Amino acid sequence: MYSASDLRKGLKVQIDNEPYIIIEFDFSKPGKGQALYRTKMRNMITGNQLTQTYRSNDKFEKPDLEERTMQFLYSQGDEFHFMDTSSYDQIFISREQLGNNINFLVDNMEVQILFFGEKAIDLSLPIFVNLTVTRADPWVKGDTSGTDTKPITVETGYQLQVPPFVEEGDKIQIDTRTGQYMTRVKE
Amino acid sequence: MLSFSWLKRRSDFIQAIRLFFLKNRYIEVDTPVRLPVLLPEAEIYPFHSEDWWLQTSPELCMKRLLARGAPQLFQLCHCFRKGEIGRLHEPEFTLLEWYHAGWDFQDLMLECERFLQELAVACSDFPAVHDQETLDWNNHRISLSSPWIRVGVEEAFRKYAGMSAIKAVENDCFEEILVDKVEPHLGWDKPVFLYDYPVELGSLARRKAGALHLTERFELYLFGIELANGFSELIDAGEQRARFVKEFAKMRRNDRPGEMPEKFLQDLEKMEETAGIALGVDRLLMLFLKAHRLSDVLPFSWNEL
Repeated sequence: MYSASDLRKGLKVQIDNEPYIIIEFDFSKPGKGQALYRTKMRNMITGNQLTQTYRSNDKFEKPDLEERTMQFLYSQGDEFHFMDTSSYDQIFISREQLGNNINFLVDNMEVQILFFGEKAIDLSLPIFVNLTVTRADPWVKGDTSGTDTKPITVETGYQLQVPPFVEEGDKIQIDTRTGQYMTRVKE
Repeated sequence: MLSFSWLKRRSDFIQAIRLFFLKNRYIEVDTPVRLPVLLPEAEIYPFHSEDWWLQTSPELCMKRLLARGAPQLFQLCHCFRKGEIGRLHEPEFTLLEWYHAGWDFQDLMLECERFLQELAVACSDFPAVHDQETLDWNNHRISLSSPWIRVGVEEAFRKYAGMSAIKAVENDCFEEILVDKVEPHLGWDKPVFLYDYPVELGSLARRKAGALHLTERFELYLFGIELANGFSELIDAGEQRARFVKEFAKMRRNDRPGEMPEKFLQDLEKMEETAGIALGVDRLLMLFLKAHRLSDVLPFSWNEL
């Protein structure tokens, strides 16, 4: 159990059976009155934000959160299957829940999956991933008419802008936080 | 932690405060910070020091000195309150407290105006001070010229929260509404005195004549920040004892023992009509230096030790 005086930015607490992370925190104590702990929290499952003020005698459960390293195995329809690399347990996560992460998921990639109890609620990709370019228009040397980037498609189907010298079959490094091209990877 | 130039500012600031009170014929006192018994205040948690306590304010000792006949006293001292940690709170902080016999809380409000006006002149080269009479902070400018704004607690609650302050006390949500709905509006053009607090919130303040459910207490706000708490002192020892009993009842709910400050109550019987006020020096300095955290203006914050 946490008490209100433990509250701080970044702390994770359980409210109404759901995990929340505190994103803003302020202690206040008007006059000689009650101490108030003012928080803004984000629901770690839905992303909804909640603004709440607590008093010193309020108590909070610790949410049962665990991060596990898992390997992406394959996708079948809208189900994406992962395996725990230490216990070999398998789970699947829906396409909808993965959101933009599917742009960067390739077979055998290791990711961190956050569990709340038995439920997978979040996935963190490696910051940089290497993906193969599956479609790119050829680079016409000396072409000065266009801009200095061109659109390409990588193996996951994700499209992005890259410098004109990138060609089909190249491997490129992408920053998963921004979805942007970093560099061409030599193999 | 303070840079050397801000350490110097802090020193200049404290000397300017001292000068104002000495010039106005106050006596500076330095009473003990470690005490065997404190004034019971249910929402303030003191630190133990062996079998004694560290003071949460110098009020007890200063009033006992006033009872001995001192007419005008001031003190700059460190106070200690457990668990008070935040942007505007430190467990150890500097308080300025002053008392003037023969005055009531209205006289003190006027003196607050003169005090800050003179402080701005004395500290005219501080980052927030302009033309010796305005303060800039958080992209707002407030004028310190008299008169400042005075607004009753009841009026402020109705205006900003659409609710009676008395009702808020009954529903046990006075502090929440004050902090969320009222305080953010106070003191953005001129300093604001919020005054006439419900008696439940003024344990040491005198009741208002003609409105006995209120006390003659005020809080001073600049830029939405509470800076000072002043009141006409309650000098009726019998009533003070009864109010302390109520505080003890609240304290017992949190398993806190309490001891009646008997020597204080004895001395209170000898005290004349007096008004007193406590002002957070670190908070005021923070505004003068255009800083945003108390820890930015302290030689050491608690977590730098």
